[in-house]
Amino acid sequence: MRKYISVRAFHEKFSFLIDRKAFKLIIFFLLFLGLVFLLSAGMGEQIFTPWKVIQILLGNGNAFEMMIVQSFRLPRIVISILVGISLAVAGAILQSILRNPLASPDVTGITGGASVAVVLFLALFSNESNVLTVSIHWMPLASFFGAAIMGFLLYILAWKNGLSPFRLVLIGIGLWALTKALTNLFMILGPIHRASQANVWITGSVYGANWSNVQILFPITIVLFLIAVIMTRHLNIQELGEDIALGVGLKMEKQRLGLLLLSTALIGSAVAFAGGIGFVGLMAPHIARKLVGSSFGNLLPLSAIIGGILVLIADTIGRTLFLPIEVPAGVFTAAVGAPYFIYLLYRNRNV
Amino acid sequence: MLFYNIKGKITGLIICILFLLLFNFLSIVLGYTDISIQLAIDAFRNFNGTNEHIIIHDVRLPRALIATTVGASLGIAGALLQALTRNPLASPDILGFNAGASFAIVVALMLFSVTSLQVTTWIAFFGAAIAGVIVYFLGSIGRDGMTPIKMTLAGAAIAALFGSLTQGLLVMDESALDQVLFWMSGSVQGRKLELLLSVLPYLVIGIFIALFISNQINVLTMGEDVAKGLGQRTAFVKLVTGISIILLAGGSVAIAGPIGFIGIIVPHFVKSFVGNDYRWIIPYCGIVGGIFLLIADIGARYILMPQEVPVGIMTAIVGAPFFIYIARKGRKVA
Repeated sequence: MRKYISVRAFHEKFSFLIDRKAFKLIIFFLLFLGLVFLLSAGMGEQIFTPWKVIQILLGNGNAFEMMIVQSFRLPRIVISILVGISLAVAGAILQSILRNPLASPDVTGITGGASVAVVLFLALFSNESNVLTVSIHWMPLASFFGAAIMGFLLYILAWKNGLSPFRLVLIGIGLWALTKALTNLFMILGPIHRASQANVWITGSVYGANWSNVQILFPITIVLFLIAVIMTRHLNIQELGEDIALGVGLKMEKQRLGLLLLSTALIGSAVAFAGGIGFVGLMAPHIARKLVGSSFGNLLPLSAIIGGILVLIADTIGRTLFLPIEVPAGVFTAAVGAPYFIYLLYRNRNV
Repeated sequence: MLFYNIKGKITGLIICILFLLLFNFLSIVLGYTDISIQLAIDAFRNFNGTNEHIIIHDVRLPRALIATTVGASLGIAGALLQALTRNPLASPDILGFNAGASFAIVVALMLFSVTSLQVTTWIAFFGAAIAGVIVYFLGSIGRDGMTPIKMTLAGAAIAALFGSLTQGLLVMDESALDQVLFWMSGSVQGRKLELLLSVLPYLVIGIFIALFISNQINVLTMGEDVAKGLGQRTAFVKLVTGISIILLAGGSVAIAGPIGFIGIIVPHFVKSFVGNDYRWIIPYCGIVGGIFLLIADIGARYILMPQEVPVGIMTAIVGAPFFIYIARKGRKVA
């Protein structure tokens, strides 16, 4: 049995290899995601068995059950998965551009930039009774702009005869602190219940997701993910190091900028709907890399699936463990992710 | 270096102290309720119980004194940390001390409903110490020892961990959020003088330790090997420095919440004036730190009049660009 399956199409203009082992792993994790999906849809104040969930999804349940699963739980689950995918892919890309295993959307301040933009958006465009005066459809755009501005700032500030990954990380931490201060500032300006809402949201929560959110987020995530997959061949070369990449004729800086933009777009759309769910962008690519190595053709899809699983599990625990209180998913991802980060720091101690 | 001889340095110190007094006075006079100079003096000479006098006694004076003390403590803690870790980017907030102390305090307030000031202070020390020890350990493992980048990343990770745990706790209890949010972003407003007095002894001890070992720190900054060669018990000096940092940083958080970046701006600023002698750096950092926080606090009252901006936000907005500047400049940072 060969190790790879080759796929050629469009008169061999387009071809790629599928790694059998990675393919199996991806299928396995997809099934696992499906299982978590069914369990999550069945958990809550009303508990359904996975079998029952399938029946309800197919339309064989009473109106009450249909409402709970289809209108309340399902959109939330879908948003969790999409957000996980976005963050994981963004994380994988960032780790590659910065050539630093510790880079992640939060530590570079990009998530923070998106948070500031969203809090500002909520503060500027809501009236006294806290109703938005403009369509919520604009929120991802605001969030994307926030993320993009931070991405650019990071890029410009870290630029000094080229881009040093070390400088990028340090400056990212500085920007992160700045965005935290700005977010707090805008939170304090509003009334306390908005501060409380914002606090839940900044910690990272998919609380209150509905189908119209899914309608906005779904196409964005899919398109961005596809772009990421198309760009992977450049990522593979970037991984080899600056000299080799330049030697084989890669336009390094242009690619970096493009990839940075792509990851800010992913982060922006995720943050707009779920706030800063931390450390997913760090953990998912690492777990995936352990399993399939660092060839991006395999790495991206697998980290996307793992990211989806992580956020979905965190959110499911968050909404069921301490009923009736909801704990934002971001608390769990950070509680797991920060020790993991520390472990990575320990592992990379000689780098 | 502006003050290159002892005479110049002493003159500079006196000028700084005069500035400190001036800004203390301004902090009492300026604000939402305008107070004339005459009135301020009257309030202390013959207190007559009018509204203005009460404002001066119970609001403005504690606030000015707290800003001075906290600023001084953070400035010195920053200088000590930068010396101890040999990292120009070190400061209590970047290395996660503030986050650790905040988390400990929020846990104490919410889970054990601790209200005693003494206990809160000790809890803040405890939180700062834990965060500090973890970060120090993580930052110094590995072949090439302690590098600024590892230290900073470890600090960021610890800060993120404690930060999100704190936020998770706050989400569960909205009324506590109201109480804690303002404090969480760091502020010197609305604290009573008793709070300052209960923490002051620890801060004073911390400052005295710092002054006392400043000569040893001079030796330590030459490098561990050199210090050992000169017969210094480096482990002991490091431990004492660490205790001093924890007293200063933890105590400041107990009073004012996490106020960032004073600990990073002030030592850099001071070093550009007085050079690298810690016997001078530490007193200067104390005084200049006090001045910085007073200025930031006065500014915070005017930015969004009549609303107040927590001073921690002010210092972060000024300080983060400064941090980025140092990270960009840093030859020593790699």
